[in-house]
Amino acid sequence: MKEKPRIFSKIWMAVLFAFFYAPILYIIVFSFNGNRSLTHLNGFSLQWYEKMFSSNDMMDAVFYTIAVALIATVVSTIVGTISAIGLSKSNKILKATVEHINDLPIMNPEIVTAIGLLMFFSALGVKKGFLTMVLAHIMFCTPYVMLSVSPKLRSLDPNLADACMDLGATPWQALLKVIVPQIMPGIISGALIAFTMSFDDFIISYFVTGNGVSNISILVYTMSKRVNPSINALSTIVILLITVVLLLINIIPMLKERKRVK
Amino acid sequence: MRHFKTMLYPYLVWIGIMIVVPMLMIVMYAFTQKGNDVTTFRFTLENFAYFFSDAIFLDVLKRSLWIAILTTIVCILLGYPTAYFIANARPNWHMRLVLLVTIPTWINMLVRTYAWMGILQDDGIINSFLGLFGLEPIKMLHTSFAVVLGMVYNFLPFMILQIHTSLTKMDKSLLEAANDLGADRVQRFLRVTLPLSMPGVISGITLVFLPAVSSFFIPKLLGGGQFVLIGNVIESQFLTSGNWNFGSAISMIMAVIIMISMYITKKVDRNVDERGV
Repeated sequence: MKEKPRIFSKIWMAVLFAFFYAPILYIIVFSFNGNRSLTHLNGFSLQWYEKMFSSNDMMDAVFYTIAVALIATVVSTIVGTISAIGLSKSNKILKATVEHINDLPIMNPEIVTAIGLLMFFSALGVKKGFLTMVLAHIMFCTPYVMLSVSPKLRSLDPNLADACMDLGATPWQALLKVIVPQIMPGIISGALIAFTMSFDDFIISYFVTGNGVSNISILVYTMSKRVNPSINALSTIVILLITVVLLLINIIPMLKERKRVK
Repeated sequence: MRHFKTMLYPYLVWIGIMIVVPMLMIVMYAFTQKGNDVTTFRFTLENFAYFFSDAIFLDVLKRSLWIAILTTIVCILLGYPTAYFIANARPNWHMRLVLLVTIPTWINMLVRTYAWMGILQDDGIINSFLGLFGLEPIKMLHTSFAVVLGMVYNFLPFMILQIHTSLTKMDKSLLEAANDLGADRVQRFLRVTLPLSMPGVISGITLVFLPAVSSFFIPKLLGGGQFVLIGNVIESQFLTSGNWNFGSAISMIMAVIIMISMYITKKVDRNVDERGV
């Protein structure tokens, strides 16, 4: 009696994961296709990878994607951590205000945030491109960093900093040597969220960029109108990169745990 | 200790400029005439009137809502059993299954949507497979089926993860208690598990409906040029026709619709709760 549901759930999960992973597998397989077809396999070749590496558009997009993601991650992690610490010591009204404003880019449809920024940058007369993209990414990443750091701050003893300073530490030392190490897990997971959010972003980047500056998502969107298997090659590299990072993040803590047990 | 408070002040300035001002600009543009710049403010409701008086736009709105609701329902029907099976899997499989659901969400949505274009094409993998059995190819790409499929594919993991979280938070001893009181499996599920997992379903609905109703690249890639949803209208107002006032008005209409839907969802949830008690 008990075996039946187990078998049913196994089949269900197998079908579901086939649905989730079929498109990903499809991209990887067709990136090695011998001809232009996106529907029929015809031998193995690396020509689409060669085309990708020799395409200036694609290499530029890869460069911009990584550059924007790195700058946005570093800045939003630092700003987010500093602001979260400040926020934890602020009064209720200020706290509620900042939390509500932070919720706007998280809760609003991305396209709304995107058009707001587009009009804002145009009103200022800023030249659209790399700079506007970096500013926009810092804007939408920082609230996520704060969301990840704030719970760690809440679980700290509120007298911790005072205790350090009673023992002779300057406020700066108390912050860097005691508080920051305590909230480090929150900072790291915030930085990871920021990086992947920025790396994968399409909608906001698409609206705030200009002057030929594209990231990988924008490139896929504009190129998808014509058949271009190099997109598969580029996508395969993106998939491999993200999967490796994700596996490392998930496996390293597991290995550490195992070591500690031993 | 008190001076740590000042660490927040730069951020206050930053969000004032980067979040509040752009939002206010959308409102301002929505209520003003075309051709204005920031300094001259001529109030008008024309942009809204134009939207609601044009049958084409109302059709687009209806279609967007219909597609988003359909996507949400399919995600609940597929997501709930999945979350339930994961929550009841053997402990050593539990984390692995959650990871397997999470991995696709970390891979660029555009890339994954693009993949479906090749799979669903008239001479694509699915139709070639059907051809092996002598079946006629089915037109799938550039239909509403493809759009809903693309949305379900992209947003289903959010639904699964939300429901899964609420299922694992549930106190398992409640089920034992129900069992001791003579409830059978179906009753235990309907009277205990289902009501307790409703918060997860509700936040899942939020995470699916919101991006579904505002999406514009999924209908563009999988629905083709003629398949227009409200997000596509906003995109074209800003990037091709350049009517920012009208575009802002449409996005305000969309934001209000989303707020109303969220309100209704929460209200329905509360009513279910009260009945349960």
